[in-house]
Amino acid sequence: MTTKFCYALLGAVALGGTAANAAEQITFVSQGGAYQQAQTVAILDPSAKKLGITINQDSIPDAWPAIKTQVGSGKPIWDVVDTPTGNCLRGGEQGLIEKLDFSKIPNGAAMPEAYRSPYSVSYEFYSSVLSYSQKTFPKDAPNSWADFWDVKKFPGRRALRNHPFATLEAALMADGVAPDKLYPLDVDRAFKKLEEIKPHITVWWTSGAQSAQLLNDGEVDMEMAWNGRVSAVAKEGAKVAFTYNQGILQSTSLCILKGAPNLDTAVKFLNEAVDPVHQANLPLHIDYGPGNPKAFETNVIKAERAAQLPSEPANAAKQALMSYAWWSSPAGEAAEKRWASFMQK
Amino acid sequence: MLALVSPALLVILALIVLPVGWLAWQSIYHDGFTLENYRRVFTEDIYWRSFALTFEISLAVTVIALLLGYPVAYLANSVPKGWSILILSLVVLPFWTSVLVRAYAWLALLQRTGVINQLLRYLDVVGEPLALVHNTFGTVVATVHILLPFMVLPLYATMQKIPGDLMQAGASLGASPTLTFMRVFLPLSLPGVLAGCTMVFVLCLGFYITPELLGGGRTVMVSMLVSRNVELYNQFGAASAVAVVLLLCVLAIFFAVSRFISLDRILGQK
Repeated sequence: MTTKFCYALLGAVALGGTAANAAEQITFVSQGGAYQQAQTVAILDPSAKKLGITINQDSIPDAWPAIKTQVGSGKPIWDVVDTPTGNCLRGGEQGLIEKLDFSKIPNGAAMPEAYRSPYSVSYEFYSSVLSYSQKTFPKDAPNSWADFWDVKKFPGRRALRNHPFATLEAALMADGVAPDKLYPLDVDRAFKKLEEIKPHITVWWTSGAQSAQLLNDGEVDMEMAWNGRVSAVAKEGAKVAFTYNQGILQSTSLCILKGAPNLDTAVKFLNEAVDPVHQANLPLHIDYGPGNPKAFETNVIKAERAAQLPSEPANAAKQALMSYAWWSSPAGEAAEKRWASFMQK
Repeated sequence: MLALVSPALLVILALIVLPVGWLAWQSIYHDGFTLENYRRVFTEDIYWRSFALTFEISLAVTVIALLLGYPVAYLANSVPKGWSILILSLVVLPFWTSVLVRAYAWLALLQRTGVINQLLRYLDVVGEPLALVHNTFGTVVATVHILLPFMVLPLYATMQKIPGDLMQAGASLGASPTLTFMRVFLPLSLPGVLAGCTMVFVLCLGFYITPELLGGGRTVMVSMLVSRNVELYNQFGAASAVAVVLLLCVLAIFFAVSRFISLDRILGQK
C-alpha cells in the first residue's frame, strides 16, 4: 500500500516535472529569510502568474563565489540573481554576467540612469544610517556624521561597521564633503578622518544582527546601522531612532548569469520584476525600499509608509547614493584592502 | 589489524589529508606557480601584527589557565574519589554547551549594561562602567573558560600517577608540606603541566568565534585573517597561505615539545 502510494507520488512528481519543463521556467536566487519571503509574495508569485512561467527559487547569503564557480564551470544552473550591485558590475567586467538589452526591458529603461548599469537594474534599497539611543539623547540627537564625530558635543559610546563600504563615505561627509560630491572618494582624506574617531569607537561590528544587539542592549549610544535593523529593534520596544540625513543609500540589483539556461525567459522576468506595481508591493511586507523609483507614483504605498522608506524621493534626496562603479574600480578595491591595515594599527 | 584500521585511515585521508593538501597546493598555484600569497604574508605588517597578537593571546590564556587549572587538578587529586568525580564533572560540564552560546553568555556578563558592570555600579565600586568586553580582555576571559578543561584533565591524569608514598617519605624526612610540594610533587607533575600548556596554547592559536564576537573588531587573530582573505581576494590561495603558515607554527611547537615529553602523553594522556 505504502509502496504503491510512493510510486504514485513519484509518477506525479515526474509528470509535474515534465509539465513544468514544457512551460517556461527560470531559477531565481536571492538571500533567503524574511527578505526572500517578502519578495515571493510581492514580486515573484505575481510575476510568475502574469508571465505564465515557473520561478524556481534558491537562496544563498553571498552569491559571488557561486556565480564565479557556476559560470566558470561553463554550465550555470541559475538564471537571475539578486545580489549587491557591486557583484553585478564586477561580474559584468569579468565576463560572468550577461550584458542587458534594455530595448527588451522597458521597465528598466524607464529608470533613472543612476539606478541601472549595462549589466543590472536596481531591485531594492536599504540605507546605512546614523542611529542612536533615545535614552541617551532624548532631545538634540546627533543628526549628521559631523555630529557623530563630535565627541565633545555628543559624548557616548559609538560603533561603526567593520567594513569600508559606507564608512569611508560617512567619514568624508563628517569632514564636510557634500553627499552628492563624494565620488571618486578621497581615500586618504577618509582614512585620516577615521583615525580621528577610531579611539572613540567601542565596537566595529561585523554582522547586522550584532549591530542590532548593540543598540538594543544599550551597549552603544550611537552607531551606523542598516535602517531595517534599527526599525526592527524600535518595533520591539527599544528606545532607538535613526535619521536618513546623510545616510548612504545602497542597493541590490538583478542580473543574469552569462550563459544562463533560460536567457529569454530570464530577460522577460527581469523586466517584470522591476514593474512599478510589483516593486511598490515589496515595502508592504518588509522595511526595504523599491528599486524602481516609479513605484512611489503608483499609489500602492501610502504616504506615511513611503516616508519611512530609504528610497522615497524626499528621503533619497537627503542621502548619498553609493557608487558601486567606484567601489569595483581598482581604486575601490585598493581602499577595501587598505581597510585591514587601518583596523589593525 | 590493518583491515580494522583502514576505514579510519581512509576517513582521515579523505577528510583531512586531501583537503589540507589541496589548500596548500592552491596557496602556491593559481594560473601557474606563484609565491605572491606568501610574499604578502611575510612582508605586509598586518599579518605580522595578527600573528604576534595571536601568540600573545595564546600565551596569556595558557598562563591564566595554568594558574587556575593547577589548584583545581590538585584538589581533585587529593580529595576522596566521589568528590574528585564531582570536581571533574564541573570542569567538563561547560564542554557540552556550544562555544557560540558561551560567547554570548560572556557578552551578557561583561558588557556595559551586563551583570558585572551593573553590580559594580550598584555597589558604587566604579562610577563609569568598565570596558570588559569588545577588546582583548574579554576575548582572553572567554577563551580561558573554554580551554580550561584541556589544562585540568592532563594535569589530573599526571597527578594521579604520582605515588602518595613519596609525599609521606618527604614528610618523614622532616620536610614541611610546602617543601615536599616544591621539591617532590611539583617536579613530578611537570609533564602534565607541559602537556596541558601545549594543548591549550595550540588550540588557542586557531580560535575564531570567540575573538570575532568578543574582540570588538580590533582583536584580529590569525584564523580571522584566513576568513577575511577569502572575501578580500576571492580565491582560496590567499587564505590558505595564512593557514599553512599557522599549521607550520603548530607543527614546530609540537616538534619542540616532543623533545621534552613524548607526544603520546599530550595527545593520548597515557
